[in-house]
Amino acid sequence: MNQNPAIGHNTVPKMTARDVNVFYGQKQAIKNVSIDVSAEHVTAFIGPSGCGKSTFLRCLNRMNDTVDGARVEGRIELDGQDVYASGMDVVQLRARVGMVFQKPNPFPKSIYENVAYGPRLHGLARSKTDMDEIVESALKRAGLWDEAKDRLNESGTAMSGGQQQRLCIARAIAVDPEVILMDEPCSALDPIATARIEELIDELRGRYAIVIVTHNMQQAARVSQKTAFFHLGTLVEYDDTSSIFTNPKATRTKDYITGRYG
Amino acid sequence: MRLLIAFALVLGLAGLAYLAGRARGNRMVTAAGGRMGAVHSRPVYHGAYVAVLALAPALIVLAGWGIVGEGLIEGQVLGSLSAAERPAPGNDSEALLNEVRGLVNGDLPQAFNPLAPRLAPVYAAARSNGDLLAGALAVALLAMGGLWGWSRLRPDFRARNRVETQVRALLLVASVVAILTTFGIVLSLIFESIRFFQLVSPVEFLTGLQWSPQTAIRADQVGSTGAFGAVPLFWGTIFIGAIIAMAVAIPLGLMSAIYLTQYADPRVRKWLKPILELLAGVPTVVYGFFAALTIAPLVRSFAVALGMTNASSDSALAAGLVMGVMIIPFVSSMADDALAAVPRAMRDGSLAMGATPSETVKKVLVPAALPGIMGGVLLAVSRAIGETMIVVMAAGLAANLTANPFSSVTTVTTQIVALLTGDQEFDSAKTLSAFALGLVLFVMTLILNIYALAVVKRYREAYE
Ligand SMILES: Nc1ncnc2c1ncn2[C@@H]1O[C@H](COP(=O)(O)OP(=O)(O)O)[C@@H](O)[C@H]1O
Ligand SMILES: [Mg+2]
Repeated sequence: MNQNPAIGHNTVPKMTARDVNVFYGQKQAIKNVSIDVSAEHVTAFIGPSGCGKSTFLRCLNRMNDTVDGARVEGRIELDGQDVYASGMDVVQLRARVGMVFQKPNPFPKSIYENVAYGPRLHGLARSKTDMDEIVESALKRAGLWDEAKDRLNESGTAMSGGQQQRLCIARAIAVDPEVILMDEPCSALDPIATARIEELIDELRGRYAIVIVTHNMQQAARVSQKTAFFHLGTLVEYDDTSSIFTNPKATRTKDYITGRYG
Repeated sequence: MRLLIAFALVLGLAGLAYLAGRARGNRMVTAAGGRMGAVHSRPVYHGAYVAVLALAPALIVLAGWGIVGEGLIEGQVLGSLSAAERPAPGNDSEALLNEVRGLVNGDLPQAFNPLAPRLAPVYAAARSNGDLLAGALAVALLAMGGLWGWSRLRPDFRARNRVETQVRALLLVASVVAILTTFGIVLSLIFESIRFFQLVSPVEFLTGLQWSPQTAIRADQVGSTGAFGAVPLFWGTIFIGAIIAMAVAIPLGLMSAIYLTQYADPRVRKWLKPILELLAGVPTVVYGFFAALTIAPLVRSFAVALGMTNASSDSALAAGLVMGVMIIPFVSSMADDALAAVPRAMRDGSLAMGATPSETVKKVLVPAALPGIMGGVLLAVSRAIGETMIVVMAAGLAANLTANPFSSVTTVTTQIVALLTGDQEFDSAKTLSAFALGLVLFVMTLILNIYALAVVKRYREAYE
């Protein structure tokens, strides 16, 4: 058995984190977390609320840089490149590591412009036809094309919550990232919209490395192949999802998945 | 003075009524053995209830007399003259009555009008009779109200609830006073404007290009006949307030709001924001002399350097620039609110797509906040076009219809000041035109304000 909880599999990891500590001012929110994220799998972060799942997720695309007073220590790599190195361009990093938020946050622009936002920023389309193609394929991959193709010029904020969240996924996909981070993407959605997103995550698996934070253990069990259990800022256990749910090694994990607390 | 004494007397008596009511409340509590709850309301409420019932009618009588009393006295004084002696209503009567009043009050040692000394005793008698009558009526009503209220006090009387109702009525009256005042101002504007439009056609006023309000006062006087085409004034107002000032205030206000909300360290923001808002607290007359004494000469030297040798020292540019600085806090604080109201998720979404902070501001935050920012700009425009001191001191009086920012232009407010200062006949077209200008200004700012508030409100609803 492996001593280091981070090395849970034997493929080359997409992202690696070693000894990561995060502080908000004086308060430490993440303590010594090391983890590998694989490119082929969906990785789920579970744990009681306030245990630092979102905080850790935001380290992976340096969104913590935008939080006043947040400080990150340790080493995080994307394909072996240090994400926090001074030579790393945050703009490029975020183009490679996309993010979907808890509450759907489409821009108050048309559906088309929402999807075209990233490609425009990064200059991915040379012509209008290019852009049309990018928008169409992103919407298709996000499973939104059939619903959106006749209303591309309507405001993205006029869609239903589930559609908005898929639009946000399409927006993230449009720049063709390598990793997609999702922070409780279904917590504001009804069960049908949730099922739709879970299906979508499964379809996207393999093409992108996906990390999903969820407080819903059934969801973790349904969509992920790897699960990491966080508690009080530490990574307690990281393993194949099936082992975590059927045969947890740590008692804290067992208590949590059997619903004893959290 | 006489009214003040009456007020003091009435207030004193109402104080007694309060004490009497409270004393009775106290006695009821004692009679009930001092048990809590045996008497519905605390003694202070009994006192307050009695005091209000005593005070309200007395105050109404005194206030009513203060408002209509003088008119009644004057009617009586003039009525004592025979029809032949009676001066024409209007200015002549006013002048006579002023002399009479002066004699009675002792301000005037001697009157010009021979009628005045004869009327002085009549006036004095009418006034003291009226005062006495009003005072007596007030005290009588006070006593009646107080006694009636006092007689109603019982242990189970709900004085507390009654006082609550009285307080509500008082608050209502206070707000009605403000509304009525505004209403009265508007009415007087409208009436005087109608008088003006009987002398000058509204079409000429609203479309004429020539403004020179000097009318001959005497028939034999040489001079202009007066032209009341207000377009140059409207243009000057818009040129200074809505064009030059906004060209300064919109970019600076918006950029400082962006800096403060998006870039500034919280500690810096804590200092900078109040300092910026301090600009709004500078008296406009200070801006005015800053414009006239500092900026205007600079603008003039600049114009001369550009080759305009005859540049005037009053210029639209000087006034507009300073007004723009004055307006910055309006624009920046509205833009600040609007930007801060854009959900943080929107900003994070853009940053997470790899946008830089300035791309995020430009492509997401400003478009999302645009209605709120627009609302702020419209309010600022309405503030700017109503602004008076700066333009009076720095823009000049020449009604030029020009787009040259170095030339002197004039605005609606400047002209109103010019029209109403100095000696004027009150019913000449020149004086009355000030009211018409005021009315136009009022309508313009009203429309701007209503529209701006509607824009801002709709925007607020968008983000619940
Ligand atoms: N911006 C912030 N400033 C200060 N403390 C924060 C901030 N964000 C999160 N925290 C704290 O860090 C801890 C972890 O929060 P978070 O990562 O949001 O947990 P989770 O997503 O697992 O619910 C919590 O105790 C939270 O209060
Ligand atoms: Mg969270």
